[in-house]
Amino acid sequence: MSLLALEGVTRRFGAVAALDNLSLEIGAGEFFALLGGSGSGKSTLLRVVAGFEPPDAGRVLLRGADITRDPPPARDVAMMFQSYALFPHLSVADNIAYGLRRAGEGRAAIAARVAELVALVGLAGMEARRPRQLSGGQQQRVALARALARRPSLILLDEPLGALDSGLRERTGLELRALQRRLGASFVMVTHDQAEALALADRVAVLEQGRIAQVAAPRELYERPATRSIARFLGAANVIEAGTLPLRAETPAPAYALRPERIRRVDHPPEANGVTARVADLAFRGGDAVLLAQVEGGPLLRVILPAGAPLPEPGASLHLAWDAAALAPLAA
Amino acid sequence: MTRGLAWLALLGLVATPLAIVIGMGFGTPDSGVPPVIPPIGRDGWQGSLEAWGLIFEDSFYLDTFLRSLRLASVTAALCLVLGFAMAMGIASAPPGRQPLLLALVLLPFWTGFVLRLTAWVGLLRDNGWINGVLMQLGVIAEPLPLLYSDGALLLGMVHSYLPFAVLPLTAALAKRDLSLEEAAADLGARPATVFATVTLPLAAPAAAAAFLLVFIPAAGEVVIPEMLGAPDSMLIGRAIWGEFFQTRDWPAAAALSTALLALLLVPIALYQRLSVAK
Repeated sequence: MSLLALEGVTRRFGAVAALDNLSLEIGAGEFFALLGGSGSGKSTLLRVVAGFEPPDAGRVLLRGADITRDPPPARDVAMMFQSYALFPHLSVADNIAYGLRRAGEGRAAIAARVAELVALVGLAGMEARRPRQLSGGQQQRVALARALARRPSLILLDEPLGALDSGLRERTGLELRALQRRLGASFVMVTHDQAEALALADRVAVLEQGRIAQVAAPRELYERPATRSIARFLGAANVIEAGTLPLRAETPAPAYALRPERIRRVDHPPEANGVTARVADLAFRGGDAVLLAQVEGGPLLRVILPAGAPLPEPGASLHLAWDAAALAPLAA
Repeated sequence: MTRGLAWLALLGLVATPLAIVIGMGFGTPDSGVPPVIPPIGRDGWQGSLEAWGLIFEDSFYLDTFLRSLRLASVTAALCLVLGFAMAMGIASAPPGRQPLLLALVLLPFWTGFVLRLTAWVGLLRDNGWINGVLMQLGVIAEPLPLLYSDGALLLGMVHSYLPFAVLPLTAALAKRDLSLEEAAADLGARPATVFATVTLPLAAPAAAAAFLLVFIPAAGEVVIPEMLGAPDSMLIGRAIWGEFFQTRDWPAAAALSTALLALLLVPIALYQRLSVAK
């Protein structure tokens, strides 16, 4: 039995369906990411699970029990808000204890749990501070501790790293995942950042216009995107329409995704799975270089050249090739 | 430039009249025009403390002060409770509807203040609408003494001062962060608990402002007690009015005004500190 199941959930705002007959299952102990652009319905989905948005149709099941009509306080889920939504008039300790107090736990039990959580997220000694006296990263950890306090079946994270500086984001993300693994907790994270979803989640669902375009493990999603739009969204792959280049693929398909890092420079033009192109633009990025190669009468290919490789001159002609296995067939 | 104008306005419209009133409190009554001899004349100090002695002479004025402060407190408390409910209603209305609802709160300001009180007189007097309807229905045989009572006074006070409470509360509640209330609900708080533990504490500065914005002017109110209140319950506003226009004891009126101002400086200072803290 899955931990969380959504069955045909639809949520409309006026004429727009933010969620369109969406079904999804998430297992216990899973770190699940909902990935999509703005307007894809990912935040609405999170709010439906938390109970803030009533679905117009469909059911939400938690451990098999129908919670579709349960109000938010009755649900065994906890949300970490994008803005953190920390209570500004309460101390760190009182923020974390808020849910425990509502559950009617004893004073000693609450104090012990708060101490445990404060240590868990590395905020010992800051219990008496108010949220505004904390840095963004510290606020994020208070919000996480507050969500974890009652040991809910499911933690919902709305862009958990979105409000952090880019320097802090990667480390905090890894800490988040380590914590999730250590506690065996179930996380559902909403993000618009594909690198974040791929790096942290066990499985990723790509949302487009209120529907799930693909659910897969990060590696599979990256290597085998199902559609043109997913291929473009994830890692900015080249989408090559069949017939526009001499291709020899393993599976026939109307189009293929070709990762920029799977294209390499060769000395001689190959007969198939290769092309001669002109350097349209070149950007050195430190770790690697991005090359935009214009195929005569064909597509503009995005190529990533590894560090240390000799860089071609702009306007120069060069030969490119790739393996048949690098061509990921696209269904739509 | 604007700064200079502001200082000029403060000096001409606030500081000078205030100095005149305070000074007049140390003058002596006279039969001339104006009916007061200023405390400082050509030969130096000629004032007296007689007017101030009058205030403390017996308990009449102290009782009057206390009665006024009590009325102002009750008025402000009632306005706060009613205003909070109204402000919550306005703040949770769709954003497009809020200006209309606020305009409705302000609508009474567009009709004359005295006219509105006269309407209450018409409703409450012995042969007024309320008594008329009740007698027609046979609920009562004799008209109820509604007008010129403490109840009528309080009704008129709350009715007149309610917008002063609604406006700051609405401003604060409309811009509050709703995700805090969602977070509380998400953590297991039922609506009443969300209100008591999140909404109310965060609105406390606005509530204090609303209370004081009603309390301060209500303490010196003259017209409403005159039109709706019981004639024997003397309030400080009416006492000042009486000394000024009836007894023509301007130093006494000025001393009473100064004393009232001094009393109200305490809540005004509190309000200032609250606004700065925000």
